[in-house]
Amino acid sequence: MKYLKENKFKIEYIYIIGILMLLISFILGILLGATSFNISKYIFDINTPEARIIWFVRFPRVMGSILCGAALSVSGAIIQGVLANRLASPSIIGVNAGAALAVTIATAFGFLGGWRLSLFAFIGAFITVMIVSLGAKRWGASRGTVILMGVAMNSLLGAMSSTVTTFMPNVSVMSNDFKIGDFSSVTYAKLIPASIVIIISIIILYTLANELDVLTLGDESAKGLGLNVEVVKVIFLMLAAALAGVSVSIAGLLSFVGLLIPHAIRNISTSESRHLIPLCALYGGAFVTICDTFSRIVFAPYELPVGIIMAFIGAPFFIFILYKGKGGHRNA
Amino acid sequence: MLEIRNINGGYNKKQVLYDVSFYAQKGKITSILGPNGSGKSTLLKSLCSIIPVTSGEVLLDNKNLLSLPQNEIAQKIAYLSQTKQIPDISVKRLVLHGRFPYLNYPRRYKEKDYIIVNKVMEKMNILDLADVPISKLSGGQQQKAYLAMALAQDTDVILLDEPTTYLDISFQLQVIKEIKNLANDGKYILMVLHDISLALENSDNIVLIKDGTIVKQGTPKNIYESNILEKVFNVKVARVEIDNKYHYFCKTKNT
Repeated sequence: MKYLKENKFKIEYIYIIGILMLLISFILGILLGATSFNISKYIFDINTPEARIIWFVRFPRVMGSILCGAALSVSGAIIQGVLANRLASPSIIGVNAGAALAVTIATAFGFLGGWRLSLFAFIGAFITVMIVSLGAKRWGASRGTVILMGVAMNSLLGAMSSTVTTFMPNVSVMSNDFKIGDFSSVTYAKLIPASIVIIISIIILYTLANELDVLTLGDESAKGLGLNVEVVKVIFLMLAAALAGVSVSIAGLLSFVGLLIPHAIRNISTSESRHLIPLCALYGGAFVTICDTFSRIVFAPYELPVGIIMAFIGAPFFIFILYKGKGGHRNA
Repeated sequence: MLEIRNINGGYNKKQVLYDVSFYAQKGKITSILGPNGSGKSTLLKSLCSIIPVTSGEVLLDNKNLLSLPQNEIAQKIAYLSQTKQIPDISVKRLVLHGRFPYLNYPRRYKEKDYIIVNKVMEKMNILDLADVPISKLSGGQQQKAYLAMALAQDTDVILLDEPTTYLDISFQLQVIKEIKNLANDGKYILMVLHDISLALENSDNIVLIKDGTIVKQGTPKNIYESNILEKVFNVKVARVEIDNKYHYFCKTKNT
């Protein structure tokens, strides 16, 4: 019997372009940098300084940027879906700042890397996203109010982090590079636990894509379709916080990627979560890696923190979204 | 027979419904009428456990649906909210979500779901809108798409909260026609309406509710002739017979 099939023609191209962009950004990220040398000559000769640059500097850095870009973009898409607010993203509503505060406190107490740092970052991010989410629900906050809550949370959490670093100046985590986002200090010790969390979280979120779509129909419609709305929302926010939190533990406060990429995917392709989640991962990873590679080579041998490049792109984009007034779902 | 027995409930600690009991018949439209704040929408949400009840039963063929888990209730009762979000998805995707209560591992819709969606859209005459984003539709078309979603849910009971609100008269009549078709297919239709005339002209049964308690249940003719509407709504209701069909009109008492 004939039945409706999804139209995948356009979406297949979007996937192919995304995969190609990710591959190209990966290759460029490995090939380009402040030091130029023949990669093929040194790559497997582990005793040479060049090979060490490839395997212990560029490779973890590129993997870090791919994972953080994917994680923040997917986290942004999830937060936007759960809060029914297209202006929301981990950096804008203060989730990253919550993770940063937790990382600062963790560092102050001597947890310098690995699982414990990621765990602290997740806890900080989760507490923040739950505060904003419960506040939005309790006060029936409009899209704009949620963003203003985010501004307040960012200021408050930033001030708390600064207080910790003022009284404990040996806490180096709140350096300028961390505040604006940077991959220069990515190590395998940070990368491995974070990558496991990010990959598992994205896979779980992908399996819950239909739940996210049903949630965007509104709480009452979603309950009418049998969804346990409260539980599912907490699961989504927990996973979004895990993604944002571990990204902060790797690269600091990267801004705007969680806003920019989901918006771009929705505009060029689809809002359906089963495509939105993998496409955000692909394009987010590619975007941050390209920005990071650019930040390494544009003033070589000096480096710009990647957060500066992303803020230059992301901030005008945010203003553009505000201007277009496409901040959220409409009511019927 | 759908029997609603002794429902008590409300929001948080505020009781809105007091010992609500009535019945609905298979293949018939039962409209719940009442003044603003009388508990109509709360009642509808309580019947499908969107708002948990403090006590009472919703019996379908003598089985209490409220004792089932939420996804199993959604396989028996479809609910269309008055206020709906308009997500950036196509009509067919929205209708497909009507199959959500039946999703099993690995949480993906199956061929059977697509076949049902195709049939439902054909029935609702919206097949040509399949790939159109919901946000691009008129209010009436959106309502039809949501009705198709409820139909795809393949339930015995359909609850509709103000299905004609915000629609112009032509779309109101179109939506009512579709609802009558659903009843003719053997569904139990329960809907909340604020328009007394529309309810009296298009329902098989009327349930009158005020301050969270049922005032009266009966056919539109019985309800009209009992003069209870005037007491509940504080308006005058007049009836005119045109082409063997009754039409109802309301006016305020002091004019």
